[in-house]
Amino acid sequence: MGILSIRLPDIGEGIAEAELVEWMVAEGDTIREDAAMVAVMTDKATVEIPSPATGKVVWLGGEPGRTMAVGAELIRLEVDGPGNMKADAAEPAPAAAAPEPAPKDAPKAAPKPEPKPESVARPAPKAARAPASPRKEGEKPLASPSVRARAREAGADLRFLRGTGPAGRITHQDLDDWLSHGGPTGGPGRVQPDVSVEEIRVIGLRRKIAEKMALAKREIPHITIVEEVDMQALEDLRGRLNAEGGERLTVLPFLMKAIARAVKAQPALNAHFDGEAGVIRRYGGVHVGIATQTGTGLMVPVVRHVEAMGLREAAAELARVSAAAREGSATRDELSGSTITITSLGPLGAIATTPIINHPEVAIVGVNRMAVRPFWNGTAFEPRKMMNLSCSFDHRVIDGWDAAVFVQKLKSLLEAPAMIFVDG
Amino acid sequence: MTDLTCKLLILGAGPGGYVCAIRAGQLGVDTVIVDPEPPGGTCLNVGCIPSKALIHAAEEFHRLVEIAGGGSPLGITATAPAMDLSRAKDWKDGIVRRLNEGVSTLMKRAKVRHVTGRAVLRDGKSAVVQTAEGEIRIEAEAVVIATGSAPVEVPSLPFGGKVISSTGALALTEVPKTLAVVGGGYIGLELGTAFAKLGAKVTAVEAAGKILPQYDAELTRPVAARLEALGVRVLTGAKAEGLGEGGGLRVWTTDGHDEIDAEKVLVTVGRRPVTAGIGLENLGLEMDGSFIRVDGRCRASMRGVYAIGDVTGEPMLAHRAMAQGEMVAEIVAGQTRSWDRRVIPAVCFTDPEIVTVGLSPDQARAEGHEVLAASFPFQANGRAMTTGREDGFVRVVARKEDHLVLGLQAVGAGVSELSAAFALVLENAMVLEDVTGTIHAHPTQGEALHEACLRALGHALHI
Repeated sequence: MGILSIRLPDIGEGIAEAELVEWMVAEGDTIREDAAMVAVMTDKATVEIPSPATGKVVWLGGEPGRTMAVGAELIRLEVDGPGNMKADAAEPAPAAAAPEPAPKDAPKAAPKPEPKPESVARPAPKAARAPASPRKEGEKPLASPSVRARAREAGADLRFLRGTGPAGRITHQDLDDWLSHGGPTGGPGRVQPDVSVEEIRVIGLRRKIAEKMALAKREIPHITIVEEVDMQALEDLRGRLNAEGGERLTVLPFLMKAIARAVKAQPALNAHFDGEAGVIRRYGGVHVGIATQTGTGLMVPVVRHVEAMGLREAAAELARVSAAAREGSATRDELSGSTITITSLGPLGAIATTPIINHPEVAIVGVNRMAVRPFWNGTAFEPRKMMNLSCSFDHRVIDGWDAAVFVQKLKSLLEAPAMIFVDG
Repeated sequence: MTDLTCKLLILGAGPGGYVCAIRAGQLGVDTVIVDPEPPGGTCLNVGCIPSKALIHAAEEFHRLVEIAGGGSPLGITATAPAMDLSRAKDWKDGIVRRLNEGVSTLMKRAKVRHVTGRAVLRDGKSAVVQTAEGEIRIEAEAVVIATGSAPVEVPSLPFGGKVISSTGALALTEVPKTLAVVGGGYIGLELGTAFAKLGAKVTAVEAAGKILPQYDAELTRPVAARLEALGVRVLTGAKAEGLGEGGGLRVWTTDGHDEIDAEKVLVTVGRRPVTAGIGLENLGLEMDGSFIRVDGRCRASMRGVYAIGDVTGEPMLAHRAMAQGEMVAEIVAGQTRSWDRRVIPAVCFTDPEIVTVGLSPDQARAEGHEVLAASFPFQANGRAMTTGREDGFVRVVARKEDHLVLGLQAVGAGVSELSAAFALVLENAMVLEDVTGTIHAHPTQGEALHEACLRALGHALHI
């Protein structure tokens, strides 16, 4: 038997560190070769790292949420073979956050025996106690005499309190909380104020989203334009195309194509603005990011080179990358490199929104809900399928005029969809 | 006839009454307390205090007798110790007097008026007291009945002559050669053990199948073993039938009738509340058997009338009466109080002593709890070894689901002092981890509490 130490592998070009998102194994588990042992997250992609060998997990390199350097020790397995560490020297290294200079193919030198970190030395508290359950009927509330005396003074009946202490003991804090929430007016039939606070560590994708949103809002002075679009013609066209069979088309591929068309005339909108360097990068290719709700949070899979795609091609690629994002199998490439982004909440899309630009892009197109609305055609009201677009722009580099021109262009393209596809 | 008026009238200056009076006085309640006896009640005059003095004297003497018997492992020798019980009685009476005076002083300091005499209630607001100086009528806004309890007489063995109660036993000036104890409860065994140590040939007669019937067998086993070592003969399932022609005690056992030699017959078959002769019939209070029925604030069924202590039922313990007295004083003073105590510790000063707080394992199971129970023997306790007393143990009973401590019991020499720690654990609703997370001084018997709790969690260190 030997101990095999496994280090965080190089998971993509230019990636120096990754965040531990979830362990699929616990200490003591047996893991088979190639089974996923841990999920780590880089810039945006979540990657599952498979085990290179079959063995028993004896040490985990950190808690979820910890950022690890590539090459840092990730996990140790007890394996049948000789392993790459001496078993007796297999004292876990302290879970240091700083990356240790560990070459990828580390020599077989046993690491220095160092004091065990507490998280390893502590035996697992098996007697995990259930959270304070409601008292059985007729059971006296648990509280120290001083808490009881205070409750008496305050006119609080402890039978109506729920204790947060061990065994459901009512603490001074519980009494304070109860009293500060209207306390004595409570009766047995009254719904007790829920004063619980659940702490959730913002890690993984949620942390990335939070950082990204904060960055965008902090750096970019947004200007948002809301415009109404008559979608009747596009909807008629879409209906016909769908009637032809094939994969069902949504509005999004039309919009992607319209954007590709519009930015041809206004390349300033298909760009990244590096504020620090003071450089705008205008891209020839139109890489449309699609803000997508996934089980773990907001992701932006990217459809690359929309300018070179046909409508159905764009639709198929959109379906593929967004499915990959939802399943969590999207690669890093599929989740980065967009030059302009579409955000759509579909039927939840509201009348207007204020989209946040996908930094470092300079424009985002928000799609609002489509609905049949009365439209004045000059002589009468006519029921038409209408939809609003809410588009935000980086006002540092996009002037209001240019923004308005872009939105009008999108509007005219969508209202006369043939224009999207006709060249010249 | 003189008249007194006050806010609070207390009948009985025992532990319940005098604590009630002191607390009421502290709170500015104009209080009068009436008792025909010196203050302190049964506990101080003819109960807890003098019996503990006698038990101590007997233990000291017995130790010397054992040493004089030779072979003391401690290397001590002594020659023929002698006991002058009348001097021990004087010493004991001196302690009682000092405490009587102490209680009087405390009440005086709290501005409580103390009337010595027998009070008879006329109604819920007034009483007539016969004193040495004549009759006094007292009008009060609130009345507290704290008249306590008295030993129960066995019809076939009326007190008098050689048949004595615990009070009579404590007044003896000579050690009887033979002593029959009727009733194997804690009072009888405490005194019986003391007289056995003083040299009497003691026989204990208990009607139930075992001594100290209120305790489980695990707790009483060390006591039974010690009684045997002291030469006390224990008859269980036996019935005292009266005095025999030979001057002894006639008993019936499963083996038939027998007569036990008995210079004195100590009858300790229980205590009854003192509710007669105090004019209770003039109030027509609701009763609970022979006890006065009270609610959670010790209020009797008549407005402004309270009852505390032994007249309100079991457990008849001084510290229960004191806690009730304190509460009632505060209620009379206008505070919001009600009985919210979780536990009343109970101590049995046999040899070894027994202390119980909360539920025994069986009681806890009967209440439907899933139980973790563990005990730690004094054989594994360093302090116990150094005092030459390794008998007994500490036992903890906890609820399995959340480790809430439901009960603590101990048996062993001197374990009565553990009652404070036990009661704190229970009253503060501690869980096992609260106890195991507390450092217990070494070397002390208290370490056994720590270890018992560790053992309940499955990781005792010293066993």
